[in-house]
Amino acid sequence: MARNLWPVVPVLMSLLATTVLLFVVGGNPVTAFSALVDGAVGTSDRLFSTLAFWVPLLLCGTGLLVSFQAGLWNIGVEGQMIMGALGASWVALKIAAPYPGIPGWVVILLEIVCGMAAGALWAALAAILKSQGGVHEIFGGVALNNLAIIATNYLISGPWQPPEGGTFRGTEPFPSRALLPLLGQTRFSPFSLLLAVAALAAVALALRGTSWGLKLKALGKNARSAFLLGVSSERETITAMMVCGAVAGLAGSVRVLSWFDSLRQSISGGIGFLAIMIVLLAGMRPVWTLLIALLFSGLLNGGTIVQLRTQLHSALSGIIQGTLVLFVLLFGDHRQILGRKRASAETVDGET
Amino acid sequence: MNDALLVRIIASIIAQSAPLMLAITGETITERTGVINLSLDGSMMLAAMTGFLVAYQSSNVLGIGGNTVPVLLGFAAAALVGALAALIVAWGSFRLKQNQVAIGFVLTLLLADLANFLGQNFTRIPGPSVQAFGIPFLKDLPLIGPILFDHDLLIYFAFAVVGLSWWWMYRTQPGLRMRGVGERPEAAFVRGVTINRLRYVYSSVGGALVGMSGAAFSLDIKLGWSDNHILGLGWIALAIVIFGGWRPGWGAAGAILYGATKYLATVLQQSYPEVPVVLFNSLQWLLMLGVLLLVGSGGIRRLIDVAPRALQRPLARALRVAPPESLGMVEK
Repeated sequence: MARNLWPVVPVLMSLLATTVLLFVVGGNPVTAFSALVDGAVGTSDRLFSTLAFWVPLLLCGTGLLVSFQAGLWNIGVEGQMIMGALGASWVALKIAAPYPGIPGWVVILLEIVCGMAAGALWAALAAILKSQGGVHEIFGGVALNNLAIIATNYLISGPWQPPEGGTFRGTEPFPSRALLPLLGQTRFSPFSLLLAVAALAAVALALRGTSWGLKLKALGKNARSAFLLGVSSERETITAMMVCGAVAGLAGSVRVLSWFDSLRQSISGGIGFLAIMIVLLAGMRPVWTLLIALLFSGLLNGGTIVQLRTQLHSALSGIIQGTLVLFVLLFGDHRQILGRKRASAETVDGET
Repeated sequence: MNDALLVRIIASIIAQSAPLMLAITGETITERTGVINLSLDGSMMLAAMTGFLVAYQSSNVLGIGGNTVPVLLGFAAAALVGALAALIVAWGSFRLKQNQVAIGFVLTLLLADLANFLGQNFTRIPGPSVQAFGIPFLKDLPLIGPILFDHDLLIYFAFAVVGLSWWWMYRTQPGLRMRGVGERPEAAFVRGVTINRLRYVYSSVGGALVGMSGAAFSLDIKLGWSDNHILGLGWIALAIVIFGGWRPGWGAAGAILYGATKYLATVLQQSYPEVPVVLFNSLQWLLMLGVLLLVGSGGIRRLIDVAPRALQRPLARALRVAPPESLGMVEK
């Protein structure tokens, strides 16, 4: 009984912690939580915004399934997404805008290819820094993330500045045929969701059913025995990172080509980091990644309404997400909490 | 450039790098026992916010006069926050058998959000701060006086912490045990060391220093609180721990190198106004990649190889860079 109900406990703990925090800053928890839910799914517009956030989260999560499988902490996913946005923006600004003769579908195809390539190359850089230079992917990733943000700011305030001059906010809007087809008046592109679900399915199948997936798994579980079995840790590190980077680059392209209509300063805003939390919470299971990404995109989207309506900081959604993941990580394994004696007895028997 | 200006520049670099030294030394202590506390970026943010808030409230709400007591209370609260964050990582790892990197990473995001959320009503307001305190007589010494002895107590404290932790690690019996726990936990266990208790103790000491480092920003060199006040500095500190080869002295040197780079970026920015400002911001991250490459790719070993033969052994000893053997491991 206790075992079946156990997963609820971390969720309740997270809600309790958030409620306490709301009291601390003098907010009303009922107002805040209802604004959060209302902001996520209250109107059809907001529901579609939630779906629009779901796509990049899902894409980044999909990529991270690959890099986590190889035992890599790809914190650089944030930067890979930003580079993807830069790649797609380059096509939109430098190819689509000056040559109106190129049909829309060619432009979009080019944008996606370029975005994915840019993300993959940025990821390859982190992978090479790791395998050739001995720089752990966490630190390489952090540095490359910041460099990607700086590159965006440089482009917006310099070479890609709109002709009317000095805004630091974004480039001029892309031509409309360079944008993904949107649903009605929303910023949600059904086509991008289709791409994301297809990518997730492809990755899930590749990780389960191909020798490449098995190699990554071996590398992730035990790099030394994988090496002895003939898995090239160098090559698989690079392929795993590049696949993740390509999918993250697609996420960045979707951001600029549907949610925004131009390259903006805050193209990512922590979506890549959030995706890492999603995959951790999902325990690297594809279906759970899909569902939790939807939940988190609702929280992310609802957070902005909370801020508008109650003047509370939008970090509230980050706190709900963060406490949830932390408590599940810490207490999710009931054997460590409830049946501690039993668990250690099993270890002695050699069962675990 | 005249001498007085140069002295002023060096003094300002020293003052600017001291707060980061606290975080680097703290994390070095924690990692030396085999615990990797990846939450630095978030815990420094939360500690900075808490330190400022406690100092501000104790002076404005509790009505404690002057600067000294509110600032001390702020530092105490910040140390507590940092210690708690480090303890969560250690406890989650050694008691609950979970992955240290995962817990640390989630904490770093969560604590940064917490800092922004809890500090939302206290942004951009003036509050108490650490006051300048030149050490009598010593500050009047030529050259080293203004460079080393004309700062505030926090700066002296940071240097004292670096020296003290070096002495503790390499010159005392408990320090030897501490390093033993990080390098060969099984051997330490066989010799009767209570491994996990030591890990909890050193994690909280290291975490407390990380917390004080956060407060050193909000109460001394980057006064007050704002959204994402010191975001990113925790990652820099974590990288410098590696650059320093898990040794307090080299870690402090890394902090000064970082401070000098920041200073250089500011100066270059003023001298070359036509170069976009954002490019100078990239210097610190390029430096981070550069030094980690130097440490990680065996570049240092190649440097040693070209040194005169007689120097090679002592150089190799001095520049040996390797993480503690049991760093980040979870015994299942």
